[in-house]
Amino acid sequence: MKKSVFLGTVAATTLVAGVAAAATLDDVKARDQLICGVNVGLTGFGAPDASGNYQGFDVAICKAVAAAVLGDPAKVKYVPTTGETRFTALASGEVDLLVRNSTWTYSRDTDLKFDFVGVNYYDGQGFMVKKALGVSSAKELEGATICIQTGTTTELNLADFFKANNMSYTPVTIQDDAEGQRQYIAGACDAYTTDASGLAAVRATLPDAAEHVILPEIISKEPLGPVVRHGDNNWGDIVRWTFYALVAAEEYGITSANVNDIGATTQNPEVKRLLGAEGEYGAMMGLDQEWAKRAIAASGNYGEIFAANIGESTPIALARGLNALWTQGGLMYAPPFR
Amino acid sequence: MANQAMPNPSFVRQEMLPPLDPPSSQTGAVKWLRENLFSTWVNAGLTVLALAAIYVVLSHFVPWVLHGVWDASSLGECREKVAASFGPDAVGACFAAIKDRWHQWVFGFYPPELYWRPTLALALVLAALAPVLFTSVPRQMLWLTFVTPFLSVWLLWGGSIWGPVFTMVAFGILGAFVMMFSDRLGGITTSIVAILLVLALFLNPVGIVISIGNAVLSLFGLIPWTPLGFLEPLGNAAGWIFPLVKNMAALFHKIAPIGIQEVASDRFGGFLLSITIGMTAIACSLPMGILLALGRRSDMFLVKTLSVGFIEFVRGVPLITMLFTATLLLQYFLPPGTNFDVILRVIIMVTVFSAAYIAEVIRGGLAALPRGQYEAADALGLNYWQAQRHIIMPQALKISIPGIVSSFIGLFKDTTLVALVGLLDPLQGITKIVRADITWKGLYWEPYLFVGFIFFIFCFGMSRYSMYLERKLKREHR
Repeated sequence: MKKSVFLGTVAATTLVAGVAAAATLDDVKARDQLICGVNVGLTGFGAPDASGNYQGFDVAICKAVAAAVLGDPAKVKYVPTTGETRFTALASGEVDLLVRNSTWTYSRDTDLKFDFVGVNYYDGQGFMVKKALGVSSAKELEGATICIQTGTTTELNLADFFKANNMSYTPVTIQDDAEGQRQYIAGACDAYTTDASGLAAVRATLPDAAEHVILPEIISKEPLGPVVRHGDNNWGDIVRWTFYALVAAEEYGITSANVNDIGATTQNPEVKRLLGAEGEYGAMMGLDQEWAKRAIAASGNYGEIFAANIGESTPIALARGLNALWTQGGLMYAPPFR
Repeated sequence: MANQAMPNPSFVRQEMLPPLDPPSSQTGAVKWLRENLFSTWVNAGLTVLALAAIYVVLSHFVPWVLHGVWDASSLGECREKVAASFGPDAVGACFAAIKDRWHQWVFGFYPPELYWRPTLALALVLAALAPVLFTSVPRQMLWLTFVTPFLSVWLLWGGSIWGPVFTMVAFGILGAFVMMFSDRLGGITTSIVAILLVLALFLNPVGIVISIGNAVLSLFGLIPWTPLGFLEPLGNAAGWIFPLVKNMAALFHKIAPIGIQEVASDRFGGFLLSITIGMTAIACSLPMGILLALGRRSDMFLVKTLSVGFIEFVRGVPLITMLFTATLLLQYFLPPGTNFDVILRVIIMVTVFSAAYIAEVIRGGLAALPRGQYEAADALGLNYWQAQRHIIMPQALKISIPGIVSSFIGLFKDTTLVALVGLLDPLQGITKIVRADITWKGLYWEPYLFVGFIFFIFCFGMSRYSMYLERKLKREHR
C-alpha cells in the first residue's frame, strides 16, 4: 500500500511540478521566511554561536536578503548543509538560497543548472609552513610533505601547481580542517594547504602563531558566492542586487548607523535611487522602495560585514586584499543603480 | 642381640605436621603470573611487549587527562593554564570546551528555557521501559508504556495536545479491535478491517484511490492530463473528514486550544537527536523485524516474496544511501511545499534499515527451534498466532537476544551518520560547530573522547542488560 501511495504521489507531483517551479519570491513571502543553506561550521563565515544563532560573513548575506524581501533579518531559517548535500538541497528546492563558500565554476553554473549571482569573497589556495623550515616561497617546496583534504578542488590545484613548476611532493591526505590542523602541528607534514581564508583562521588559533607563515603564492582562483537555481531570474536579481547594494553602500559611505538619515540628507542621486528616495526602483523586482535600506541596516554594508566577521580586528585578521573596493585596488565593484 | 635393642623407638609422631606452605612458585600471585603471563618464553616476551605498549599509551594519555583544564574561556587560555601549572612543554586536555558547550552537545539548539521538556521525556521513557525490561516492576505500569510514546513526542516537539491524544486514541482503537475481534472474525477479515481502519484514521482513502487511479490511468505520468481530474472535488470534500485523526485534532484544537510552545526539528541536535532517533528506531524495528522474519518463513507466496525482497533490498543498500534518499531525493518527489519533517524521514529510514537486520537475526532464532516445537503447538490445537505467541516466539527470541542487542547497539551508534545529511549529531555535527568558533578552533581529541564516553555508557548498558536477560531466561540448567 505504501508503494502505491508513493507512486500516486510521484504521478501527482510530476503534474504539479510544472506549475509550481517558478516564483521563489512568492514562496518566500507566503512562508514569511527565507530558507538559507549555510555551512555547518566554518570559522568566520558561517557557524552557530554558543546560543545557537548563526553568525558569519556568509550568514550576513542571508540576513540582508531576508531584510530586503521580508523586512526582518531574523526571518531566516538556516539549513545546515554539507559539501555533499549543498547542491542537491538547492536543486530540490529545500533551500531558497545557498550561501556556503561555494566556488563559482563553469560546470556548476551550466551543468548543475545554478546561477552564481555574484562573488562575496575572492579566495584562493595558499600554503602555510613553519618558519623554522626556512621557506619563503611556495616554489621552494620541492620534495615537501603537504597536508591536503581529499576529494576537493584543492587537491587538483595542488597537483597542477607542482606539475607546472616541475616539482615533486608527498601528499598527506586528511579528512577535514581540524584533522589537517592537528597533523600539521604534530609535524606530519611540512606545509598545510587550503583556502587562504581557512589558513588564516588556523594560524590565528595556533599556540605559537608567530612561528608560522602563510606563503605569498595563491595558486588557484576560488570566487565564492551566493547561489540560486536556474530559471527564476527575478529571484536571482533580488539576491544579486541585495549583495550589490551592500557593496555600493560601502562605496558611497552608507553604513548601518547612518542609513536611515542619509537618504534624506544626501545630494548624490545614485544614493537616493539606491535608498528609495527617488524613482520606483524596488518595484522593478517586486519589492518595495526601502528594500536596500533594510538590507544595509541588517548587518551593515559590505565593509562592515567583512570587518565584523573576518576583518583585521577579529582574531582571523584577514586583509581586504582582492576583496577591497575597486576604488581601493580590489575587485568589489557594484554596477550602477539606475 | 636381643637386647641390643633398637635405640629407644620412643619417637612416634602423635599428631600431623602442619602442612608446609607450597613452594613460592606454586602459590598466590607468582603462580598466577607464571600460569597466565609467563608460562613460556614466547608468552613472557608477549607479556613484556604488551606491558610496554600499555605503558606508552598511558604515559601519553594519563598526564594529558590529569593536566586537563576545566575552567577556561578559550583554547588559548587552556594552553596558558596548562603551561602555567605544569611547565611550558606539558600537554593537557581542554575539557573547558565540553563544559562551555555542554548544553549544545546534549540538547543541540533546543531553546534553553525548555530543557526540562526533553529531560522529562527521557525520564518518562525510562520509566515506561522499566515494566518492559524487568518483570519485577508492577504490571500496571504498562499503561505508562502505552501513553509515553505519544506524550514524549508532544513534549519534544510541542504544539497542540490534541494531535498526540487522538493518535493515541486511534492506536487504542486499533489495538482493542485486533485483540477483541481477531479470534471471532479470523485472520483475513481482521487484517482487512484493520487496514481500512488505518486508512480512515491516518490517511485520506478517497484521495488515495483517486490519485492511484490517476497514476494508473495516465500511465504513471506519461499522459499529461489527469483522467480522474473530475473526481478531485470529491477527494477534497473527503479531506474534510479524512484523515480522521488529523481533522479531529484540528477541530478540538479550535474548541479548546491546549498546547505548549512548538519546537521545530531544526532545533534538535546532539544527544537529544541521537537518543530520539535511536530509541524510536529501536522500539519500532523490533516488532517490524519480527513480522518480516515471520513473513519470510511464511507459506504464503506473496507475503514471502515481499518479505524476502524487502529484507534483501534494504540489507543490500548502505544506510548512508538511504539517508541521502530520505533527506534529498524525497524532496524531488513530494509536492512542493510539503513539509515532511526531516527527523521523521531519518527515523523511518533508520527503522526500516534496522528492521531488515533484526528480521534476519530472528529468523536465525526461528530456524534454531526444533521442528517438534511447531508440531507440538499444532497438536495442542493452537492457531498460527497463538502458536507464535505462546510457543515459538518466546523460544526464538530468547535464542536471538545477543544478536538483537548487537543490532540495537549498532543502530544507536549509526545515528551519528545523520551528520552526513546535515543534521547535528553529537560526534561530527556539534563538534564541527564548536570547532568553528574561533575560541575553540584547534580542539581535536576532547570532543571525540567525551562523545565516545557517553556512547560507551549507553552501549555498555544495553550489553549488560542483554547478559542479564540471557541469565534470567536460561531454562536448561535450572
